[in-house]
Amino acid sequence: MSEKEPLDSVQEPTDQGRRRLLIGTTGVVGAVGVGFAAWPFLASLLPSERARIIGAPVEVFIGDLMPGHLLRVQWRGQTIGIMRRDQRMLDDLQRMEGLRDPDSSNADQQPEFAQNFHRSLRPEILVANIHCTHLGCVPQVIPEVGPQPFDANWRGGFFCPCHRSTFDLAGRVFRGVPAVLNLLVPPYRFIDDDNLIIGETPEGAA
Amino acid sequence: MAKPASTFGKNVELVGNWIDERTSFSSFWNKHLAQYYAPKNFNLWYFFGSLSLLVLVNQIVTGIFLTMHYKPDAELAFASIEFIMRDVEWGWLIRYMHSTGASLFFVVVYLHMLRALMYGSYQKPREIVWILGVTIYLVLMAESFMGYVLPWGQMSYWGAQVIISLFGAVPWIGDGLVEWIRGDYLIADATLNRFFALHVVALPLVLLMLVVLHLAALHEVGSNNPDGVEIKQNKDAAGRPRDGIPFHPYYTVKDIFGACFFLLIAAFIIFFWPEFGGYFLKPDNFVEANPLVTPDHIPPVWYFTPFYAILQAVPDKLMGVVLMGASVLILYLVPWLDRSPVKSIRYRSWMSKLALALFCVAFVRLGMLGLSQDSSTFELRLWTFIYFAFFILMPIWTSFEKTKSVPERVTY
Repeated sequence: MSEKEPLDSVQEPTDQGRRRLLIGTTGVVGAVGVGFAAWPFLASLLPSERARIIGAPVEVFIGDLMPGHLLRVQWRGQTIGIMRRDQRMLDDLQRMEGLRDPDSSNADQQPEFAQNFHRSLRPEILVANIHCTHLGCVPQVIPEVGPQPFDANWRGGFFCPCHRSTFDLAGRVFRGVPAVLNLLVPPYRFIDDDNLIIGETPEGAA
Repeated sequence: MAKPASTFGKNVELVGNWIDERTSFSSFWNKHLAQYYAPKNFNLWYFFGSLSLLVLVNQIVTGIFLTMHYKPDAELAFASIEFIMRDVEWGWLIRYMHSTGASLFFVVVYLHMLRALMYGSYQKPREIVWILGVTIYLVLMAESFMGYVLPWGQMSYWGAQVIISLFGAVPWIGDGLVEWIRGDYLIADATLNRFFALHVVALPLVLLMLVVLHLAALHEVGSNNPDGVEIKQNKDAAGRPRDGIPFHPYYTVKDIFGACFFLLIAAFIIFFWPEFGGYFLKPDNFVEANPLVTPDHIPPVWYFTPFYAILQAVPDKLMGVVLMGASVLILYLVPWLDRSPVKSIRYRSWMSKLALALFCVAFVRLGMLGLSQDSSTFELRLWTFIYFAFFILMPIWTSFEKTKSVPERVTY
């Protein structure tokens, strides 16, 4: 077999450089075209307009929220807790001991405006995603001071029944529990004293 | 192949060899592409085979993405289409690519079939290629019909009502058969759900398998060409047909060029004219299915109208259905109805040319009549007669006509 011999019907190329240029340019243009054509298909898997509207910022009325009470609202399928803290609680937060990250130095767990001891915009109002940062359970709220089965010196906070993680009333995680991250603070802003919006960052703040 | 210049190139070649020793990929590649010798005189008509494949891939890819958002439920289906059109990112584009692709599928398949009729591509030894092709066409009709039901608009619903009722014409078991197909006493959720399963799983699998067989059968006997000359009868010392050129790169490059041109037209329709004046997507289908209200006029989609016209031409339900079925199934007999010693229409007499031209006019005219609401019965019957005459009289004129002598080698 003389497979290497050229076919009668086929002419040997005379200008290889020109051929390489044509193959190269066609290939590049084709690849760009395929990329553009692929984009709508990949983008169609993103959250739809409907999912985005359902996941839009939610407005919450907190005018009747009593100190020590926790208001739960849903935002993007997550339970967001809103709590009004009294002066005793705020004083405690400044003196709390045994915290893993007392200064909220992990920037992923809160917006910049909440990087303070109360982890909030206004000291008395806590807004936090109260899903435990260990495996996602929603902890119980135990705002009262007093000995608890899991902590003899309890100063009030969150206790996760799944794996016994504990957080203080600013959502800061204690040492020696399975969770290692503070509760996540979502972006939010106040419309006025009685209303806030979860999902929007305050103007001028990061 | 040039020597790999870099170590990277060498490694690629090593991996390639490793795979090849275990899979004989290169022999597959050579058999179907690099050493598949196709006649060198292919013309414009030979674009439509590869274009059908392109549209099939488009239908499968866009279809997969549509199923990610579509709900096969009579309560939710219509709204889920609106959801795709309005809320899913680029959903409108994916859906229009699918709906336009369905119509363009039939455009390229009809032209592909006409090519075969013109150049005698069904003749010995390509009868199996033709039979598989006609079967693909039949499955494609079922596939597109069921797909058309899924949006659950008025046309989906009443189109399904009409088509499924045709099975009621079967003697004795008709009524039971219709009930069994519908899965209910009317076109309902059960019907929609099973059509969804058939449309997205069963029929595409069958279609893909048939396409593989169609190509395998073709590559076994080799491609026909506009001259109808068997290029395998004239080989060089290495056993390669002198009038053949390797499919790759020669015809892959040509087909890519054709694909670009086709995509240009397709993109224009998808972006600027997706309903195509009501031919690709009917206005009535933008109204949700309602069993209590029948639309004023229920024509099928354009690619079915010729057969629908034949149905209308017959004043009897069973005979109408039989004749409509026969109008499609008769295609299977073409390899044996054609008695001509010559394949291509180029070397046949005026009789073959006239017959094929009349057939084309009849097909198009029937298509127009099937769309219209007030077509004359006389005209319906006239063109139906001509449609069938083309097949039934084919053995006569192909035996009697005087053919020209076919050249030894292909011309171009």
